[in-house]
Amino acid sequence: MADIVLYRPHFVAFIILFLLGIYIMVVSLNLIKKLIGMYLMQTSIILFFITLAVKKDSTIPIILSSTTAVTPEAYANPLPHVLMLTAIVVGVSTLGVSLAMVIALYRQYNTLEEDQILGKMQ
Amino acid sequence: MIRPHDSVIVHTLARVFIPIIQLFALYVLIHGHDSPGGGFQAGTLFAASFILPVIAFGIQGSLTVLERRAVILGGIGILLFAGIGLVPLLLGEEFLNYGELPIPGMEASAKRHLGILGIEIGVTIAVAATAVSIYYSLRERGEGEGN
Amino acid sequence: MMLFDDYLLLALVIVTALGAVFVRDLFSGVLTLAAYSFFLALLWAGLGAVDVAFTEAVVGAGLSTLFFLVALFLTSHQEEIRKQFKVQMMALGSLGILGFLLLFGSVDLPVVGDPESLPSKHVSSHYLKKSLEETDTPNVVTAVLADYRGFDTLGETTVIFTAGIACWMLLRRSDDSAT
Repeated sequence: MADIVLYRPHFVAFIILFLLGIYIMVVSLNLIKKLIGMYLMQTSIILFFITLAVKKDSTIPIILSSTTAVTPEAYANPLPHVLMLTAIVVGVSTLGVSLAMVIALYRQYNTLEEDQILGKMQ
Repeated sequence: MIRPHDSVIVHTLARVFIPIIQLFALYVLIHGHDSPGGGFQAGTLFAASFILPVIAFGIQGSLTVLERRAVILGGIGILLFAGIGLVPLLLGEEFLNYGELPIPGMEASAKRHLGILGIEIGVTIAVAATAVSIYYSLRERGEGEGN
Repeated sequence: MMLFDDYLLLALVIVTALGAVFVRDLFSGVLTLAAYSFFLALLWAGLGAVDVAFTEAVVGAGLSTLFFLVALFLTSHQEEIRKQFKVQMMALGSLGILGFLLLFGSVDLPVVGDPESLPSKHVSSHYLKKSLEETDTPNVVTAVLADYRGFDTLGETTVIFTAGIACWMLLRRSDDSAT
């Protein structure tokens, strides 16, 4: 088990962030804290995918010269980068809609705590 | 009513920074081909350059059309994107195949280059308009609301 | 690529994430989240994902912090601490098991930095080899995003437009929004 921690520090960081996000979403009663947890979960997944795209001794995927042949080992893998660009933008739109719902709830019930809102709804 | 900020530092810095941010956004959009950048980053920077005057100068800093109907501009951005992709479909080729756009005198790779630039502009308009619209929606005051 | 020189950045990321969730004042929590986003963007730039780092710094640290702050401005920003021992213990227990399972499953993942790993073969090497001559674009990420995977980008733009419409429908009261 120790070599897993030593050879994959990014994966261990991803696990810690992801579980922290889920823990805060489940345990916290404040709606904004839950959204902070959701944001942590989204960005930890993006970290995981970026780690899959790294290659040893490679550079960023921008090809400068058009004359020399391109060896794919010299450039980082661009496909996870593209997928994660989409993921970031979709994550921020989801955050915008969730915040709109939180504001609408606050307008109606004047509190941000989940149990108080559930109590007032009955 | 969104009140203007009452500090002179914020006013002055906003006046200095807004054109710089817009110029940088334009640079990021056009240089998305050669350096890191592209539509999404440029769109958000444009949105920042439209939100900053509202924060600094109050509601007078905004364009009235953006405040009420910014979402329509977002739709125009998507229509631009889908429209550029639809033109090859109407000519018998595949959807979003920019190499078959009907521009005379260009080879397929140059047409793809132009197609990529076109849809990045569409994405920029959509993202900028939507971000500004979400900001205005979140700032909306209901009736009888304090603060 | 410096693979293991970013232990410091990983530690900073985890520390700011812990600070963002375990602080009681929501205003400070949101600003610590912005710091977390910036450190994460630095980490990704160090790992070679410059486009993703740029987007995270602009969209993640900029736009989402702005939305959070506007929402906090309109609502309260003190969290009330209640103790719920049972829920916390159950959550800690099940998440501990999940973490252990994830660590166990990581043995089969490809080695970090391996150029011959499976995600780097097939389509991805075709994109790297052919993108300059097929699309005239040195930035491979833009070429893949806008040309090879353009349909996904169309869907993503539609998602962001739908989010704008949804916020408008949820919160706009009257047609005269100049007041």
